[in-house]
Amino acid sequence: MSAREAILSRIRTSLAVRPDDDERMSHVETRLRETPSGVIPARGQLEAGARVAIFRAMAEKVQTSVVHVETIDDVPAAVAAYLREKNLPAKIRIGADADLAGAPWQQEATLEIRKGASQGDDLVAVSHAMGAVAETGTLVLASGPDNPTTLNFLPEHHIVVIETSKIDGDLETALKRVRRHYGKGNMPRAVNMVTGPSRSGDIEQTILLGAHGPRALHVVMVG
Amino acid sequence: MQLTSNEFKRNATNALSDSQLQKALRNVESGFIGKRQSAVEALPEFDALRDSARAIKNHTLEHLDLYIEAYEKKVREAGGHVHFAETADDACQIILDICRQHSARTVTKGKSMITEEIGLNEFLEKNAIEPVETDLGEYIIQLRKERPSHIIAPAVHLNKEQVESDFRRTHTHLDAERNLAEPVSLLSEAREVLRKRYFEADIGITGANFLVAETGSSVIVTNEGNGDLTQTLGKVHVVVASIEKLVPTLEDTAQILRVLGRSATGQDMTVYTTFSTGPKRPDDPDGPDAYHVILLDNGRTAMLGTEYQDMLRCIRCGACMNHCPVYHSVGGHAYGSVYPGPMGAVLTPSLSGIEQSGHLPNASTFCGRCESVCPMRIPLPKMMRHWREREFERHLTPNTARYGLALWAFLASHPKLYRAAVSLAMPLLAWLGGTKHSMDHLPLAGGWTKYRTMPAPQGRTFVQAWARQNRAGQKTGTGR
Amino acid sequence: MTRQSAAHPGQHNAQSSDRQESKPRVGFFVTCLVDLFRPSVGFASIRLIEDAGCEVDVPVAQTCCGQPAYNSGDRADAAKIARQVIQAFEGFDYVVAPSGSCASMLKKHYPALLEDDPAFAERAKTFSAKVHELVSFLSDVRGITSVPARLPEGTGVTYHDSCSGLRELGICTQPRTLLNSVEGIRLEEMRDNDVCCGFGGTFCVKYAEISNAIVAKKTANIIRSGADMLLAGDMGCLMNMAGKLKREGSRIEVRHIAEVLAGMTDTPAIAGTGPSDLPADNREKA
Repeated sequence: MSAREAILSRIRTSLAVRPDDDERMSHVETRLRETPSGVIPARGQLEAGARVAIFRAMAEKVQTSVVHVETIDDVPAAVAAYLREKNLPAKIRIGADADLAGAPWQQEATLEIRKGASQGDDLVAVSHAMGAVAETGTLVLASGPDNPTTLNFLPEHHIVVIETSKIDGDLETALKRVRRHYGKGNMPRAVNMVTGPSRSGDIEQTILLGAHGPRALHVVMVG
Repeated sequence: MQLTSNEFKRNATNALSDSQLQKALRNVESGFIGKRQSAVEALPEFDALRDSARAIKNHTLEHLDLYIEAYEKKVREAGGHVHFAETADDACQIILDICRQHSARTVTKGKSMITEEIGLNEFLEKNAIEPVETDLGEYIIQLRKERPSHIIAPAVHLNKEQVESDFRRTHTHLDAERNLAEPVSLLSEAREVLRKRYFEADIGITGANFLVAETGSSVIVTNEGNGDLTQTLGKVHVVVASIEKLVPTLEDTAQILRVLGRSATGQDMTVYTTFSTGPKRPDDPDGPDAYHVILLDNGRTAMLGTEYQDMLRCIRCGACMNHCPVYHSVGGHAYGSVYPGPMGAVLTPSLSGIEQSGHLPNASTFCGRCESVCPMRIPLPKMMRHWREREFERHLTPNTARYGLALWAFLASHPKLYRAAVSLAMPLLAWLGGTKHSMDHLPLAGGWTKYRTMPAPQGRTFVQAWARQNRAGQKTGTGR
Repeated sequence: MTRQSAAHPGQHNAQSSDRQESKPRVGFFVTCLVDLFRPSVGFASIRLIEDAGCEVDVPVAQTCCGQPAYNSGDRADAAKIARQVIQAFEGFDYVVAPSGSCASMLKKHYPALLEDDPAFAERAKTFSAKVHELVSFLSDVRGITSVPARLPEGTGVTYHDSCSGLRELGICTQPRTLLNSVEGIRLEEMRDNDVCCGFGGTFCVKYAEISNAIVAKKTANIIRSGADMLLAGDMGCLMNMAGKLKREGSRIEVRHIAEVLAGMTDTPAIAGTGPSDLPADNREKA
């Protein structure tokens, strides 16, 4: 008997169930099909305007810096402003994200833009989140050529663009958005839910930023 | 898993006189408890979420075989591999095989209690493969060749001077004159040292906080981002998880996530919550080429269908030990097990046998604080009591305790004998107590009188006084 | 023997038989520690229960609630004792105990202990529904919100929440409400009032060193509160904390809450704690 068979069989013996129990199977199929949401906190159920305000408040609470611009065309200027403010070289790493690519980067003539995954020598990366969660100030980033995963973790500074229309109130709704995008049961290689810059409390319980991931997270809300 | 729980008493003695450890443990009391409290108070739905989380896990456990099958199918559809391991040794061997397949020399590790449980690091080292812990706390204790003393804050027993000394001892390539007085400089140094290791690693090994059946995803939660660098930069991502980590859907994951962070560190969300599904896709510019999940039993199936099944709801948040007066006194290492504190007291005997770990469920006052903060509403004291019942049945209880309690129980079930015995003993003790109304020494009560005086009885027992009063014909019961 | 003549709410003339019929009948479960070590707590409790308009009786076939056996894994003996207790106390409207841990044993654990015993499963459930801890009985069942007791003006009192009472029976605000009604009292909350005192039954002797570490933290908090007096609702906790305070040379007086609420604090305090030892002739004569 393979380990797999042994384990599954022991589970069934322990639970005193038979392998061909249709009723049990239907419980499982129902839950997987209906994906019930459960208990959603009130602070995740606000209307659009209030949602944006909660998102910002929760993000800032965990040391994320947040700015708000009108359209995606304002993003290059917002990025350049951040670099200047932090005294960073005018260099960014970015993926193949079409929305970001369509912004007027040429307006920032001195800005050097490197495309693709990060090899670890980028100070700043710019990503486009596919969603966000207002109740916790969280960004939802999906892997792929548009926004490679390494951009979320290797650079010192991570700038994330998110349309306010894509900020969902609660975790479950944001995950439903992911499900809609990729199709039921499908996921990209990685979905990163990011809430603030990297930190550790492992030395005398003192919270310090910049453990292994970015030291700083900057969000540009659009619209 | 090397167990030294039978030395609990000696370990506890050492821990109590270790002033450095006692100072570090005060951080546990003052830090974790307040943060959790604030987070819970800020979320009115917290208790309802605990109920929801419990219901989700109970449902999953009742259908665990089916959810495992559903999960496995999705992992394979996404291009991942699923391996089943009955024992810790089996899991280690499977991981070694994967390492050999890829000629791995170095593996990076995200923080993973399950790999501690199976003794993975020692096993890999014996087989000439270097495991590099990347979680800062795990990295520090790896340098010290110690075991974690807390399931989410592995280095909570250390102070910064100790960390500085370990870094100086190990990072010999760095300038000996450098200033490491502040924690932030220690963090920066670890970041720099480990950054290189991520790129050097052939394989990245993580655990999983959740395995999602709906999508075939493994989920890790970290604050540092080390788990993500581990699993993204290695050529292969290996996930080790015990079978009770299954949850049905993405929404179910979210429900439990809400109580996990708040219970562990008082955070609404940890910084990084990552859902990984299979290896990189054809158009992914980064990510691992291969994805392997090892599903481990190691005693879980033996807990299903028993009075210990509730323990399988544990999400390893650490809230129980953060609130435990015994843990506060002696710290995690005293327990001599991979899993300390209240959850360790219940789980360790299941994994390693009650004969080897009897002290753990016995060293509890049953104050119930653990259960009151457990996000999954696990009845920890009740299960510790069940272990005591197993011990009693097998005559593992020390004889003095067994006979003493048997005598008490005998007297208690024979009221007349009881009355006769106490009517002699109590006035004697009252007399011994004298005008101080207490005794500094009392035969058979050395454990008590070493640290406290023994209060003397008032003399006659209540039942005697009551009976006398009623014989005297008084109906109201308050006179003397 | 008569009491102070101050009016006690709910006191009824014991001779009036038709009034007696309307009074609830309470079976008093004295608990082994009160029975053996501090009967005055029992008498104080009964005064409080009677003042709350009840008739009290004490079945003499009671010894122990069985918790020592139960917590040591000896279910058989615990069940035997449980049956004995249930039999002795059937026929009362309520069963009241001046201890959170004993009341909890009777109320929360007896039904589980006897659920597989066809002769006792239902009886245990019926019995448990009638069980109450003393302060909870006065507050939640009898609706008592104040007592006529008094302490010397400005007596600082701090209250320790015993674990079983707090976490298994939800007793927290009730003792404070009643204590706040005591004239002259100054209630001081200690830090970590709801943290275990380290008694834990046999734990305090099995793991004596750890128990000591825990009680030492507790006494430090008690002393830091600035209180003159420590109260709680459980004799195990009280004996543990009193013994430690006394050994540390503290002059804080330790009593059971019933003694203060009933206005019966003229006996020596637990372990003789307090500002001075009372003269020997105040002690109960054996």
